[in-house]
Amino acid sequence: MEGLDAVVVGGGLAGLAAAYRLAKDGLAVILFERGDHPGSKSMTGGRLYLEPVRPYLPELWEEAPLERMVTKERITAMAEGASVTFEFTSEGLRRPQPHSWTVLRSPFDRWFGEKVAEVGGFVIPQRKVTDLLKEDGKVVGVVAEGEEIPAQVVILADGVLSPLGEKAGLRGPLDPRYAAVGFKEVIRLEQGEIEKRFGLREGEGLAHLFFGSITKGVFGGGFLYTNRESLSLGLVVGIEAFTERLPAEMPELLEDFKARPEVAPLIEGGELLEYSAHLIPEGAHRVVKRLYGDGVLLAGDAAGFALNHGITVRGMDFALASGALAAQAVKEAKERGDFSSGSLARYEELLKGSFVLKDMEAFGHTSEVLAHGRLYDRYPYFLCSLAEEFFRVGAGPKEKISRTLWRFAKDLLLDSKTWKDLWRMREL
Amino acid sequence: MKVEEKLALGFFRTDDRSHIVLDQEACRACDLKVCLKICPAGLYSISEETGEVVVEYAGCLECGTCLLACPKGAIRWEYPRGGYGVQYRYG
Ligand SMILES: Cc1cc2nc3c(=O)[nH]c(=O)nc-3n(C[C@H](O)[C@H](O)[C@H](O)COP(=O)(O)OP(=O)(O)OC[C@H]3O[C@@H](n4cnc5c(N)ncnc54)[C@H](O)[C@@H]3O)c2cc1C
Ligand code: SF4
Ligand code: SF4
Repeated sequence: MEGLDAVVVGGGLAGLAAAYRLAKDGLAVILFERGDHPGSKSMTGGRLYLEPVRPYLPELWEEAPLERMVTKERITAMAEGASVTFEFTSEGLRRPQPHSWTVLRSPFDRWFGEKVAEVGGFVIPQRKVTDLLKEDGKVVGVVAEGEEIPAQVVILADGVLSPLGEKAGLRGPLDPRYAAVGFKEVIRLEQGEIEKRFGLREGEGLAHLFFGSITKGVFGGGFLYTNRESLSLGLVVGIEAFTERLPAEMPELLEDFKARPEVAPLIEGGELLEYSAHLIPEGAHRVVKRLYGDGVLLAGDAAGFALNHGITVRGMDFALASGALAAQAVKEAKERGDFSSGSLARYEELLKGSFVLKDMEAFGHTSEVLAHGRLYDRYPYFLCSLAEEFFRVGAGPKEKISRTLWRFAKDLLLDSKTWKDLWRMREL
Repeated sequence: MKVEEKLALGFFRTDDRSHIVLDQEACRACDLKVCLKICPAGLYSISEETGEVVVEYAGCLECGTCLLACPKGAIRWEYPRGGYGVQYRYG
């Protein structure tokens, strides 16, 4: 392992994208993954938005093991015993290019790891990087369970907790305010049955988000994604918000969600294949002090790059793009023969010129907006009560729609908290 | 379905040494015992024999939730050694 240009820590999307670009450009790179193969520790919702990443990794998508092209979007507000659903579909989600795809990360990342190897990168599984090699405060390689591996530069893509990012002095520990836990079931269903059940054309898919009483007043929500032959169904719950209320045992929340009449028929007859859990950064960029140092860079979740926008959940596109840009910065540093912090500052410049830091800056505060409990009880309840009035025909004379609307609007708008919430929502 | 049954479907390679160590003194003084509720795999419990908080590390999904949530900082937690722990086939 003499003469390594770069060591990449972590075989998730950020690390794989970095290693792929470096190897493709002819640099000597080695990637360490602590699991059996890249993807064996990865977990996501999930849906990958492709448009943002195509410019950075244009050549991969024809043969990538993607699950279904999402052509149907649903969002459901849930109250106790009632719900309101909004559905959107459009030709624009299909053409000229598919807009987003559902993915299962274990097969996807594994395939990506093979691509890295094809272009000449070394992928070493079952090896955990335990420390950084340092010389005069400069990072000069890594220690992997006792073995020292020197390199010109180290790209840390070790995920949301990033203990190595802390060791490098680039970030602090993850804070419970800035993280949510996602836990999900992958449920097997026949391909044709999925299409029938969700009203989909062959190969097309649905992304369905849920919010409201399912998280018992705590910041979070539910999700359902259709894969080729399975469904990914799960919940996301804010860590600090949950510890403040402790409304139930976490596994129970998922069982209650699955039992809801809106959900139960969607998974009926399905066979559970796997249960998984993973943290999600929700404003975690706040614990990151710097994105680079002497001989070291931070990418993906480790850098806190992820955005939950309520209706779009993104992290994979940020991981792929930041990994590719870290590789670009390293390549330029090699051309200059200078891996110092000053030289690697180019990384931040590249990120600033891309959607990664532009979106993080524009929407970095959305997690605070979404943290407000009223989104999970008051507003779903409001929507459901309004719908109930609309659709219900009672024994007496029916109220005019305009009157019902006015009554509800007054109720909402006379509440000063509504105005506060609306004011906050300008951040979205 | 019970969470233990869900975990039983997973593939785990279990190290003989736990990657999660609790500071029992802190746990004894802890009223909330957040860990009992927050672990999505339901791995924390109170031992009937000793009355101590115990964690069944073999079923750990390595999410790190308990580490963040423990109000006393009583959990020493690291990723399992390379090749050990949960191995997702779907993710
Ligand atoms: C429930 C849930 C739903 C989500 N939904 C979506 C979605 O729909 N769309 C979207 O775009 N994003 C979504 N995200 C976010 C997205 O999954 C992440 O942002 C993305 O996976 C981050 O990729 P990464 O490469 O930075 O980190 P990871 O995928 O976490 O990869 C880190 C890798 O590093 C390895 N590693 C860590 N430490 C070491 C070490 N010391 N030595 C060796 N290897 C190490 C790990 O084993 C792991 O393989 C979701 C996340 C969750 C949890
Ligand atoms: S929350 Fe922390 S201190 Fe309290 S019992 Fe659990 S591990 Fe121990
Ligand atoms: S890391 Fe996650 S699964 Fe493992 S014990 Fe902690 S909360 Fe439970």
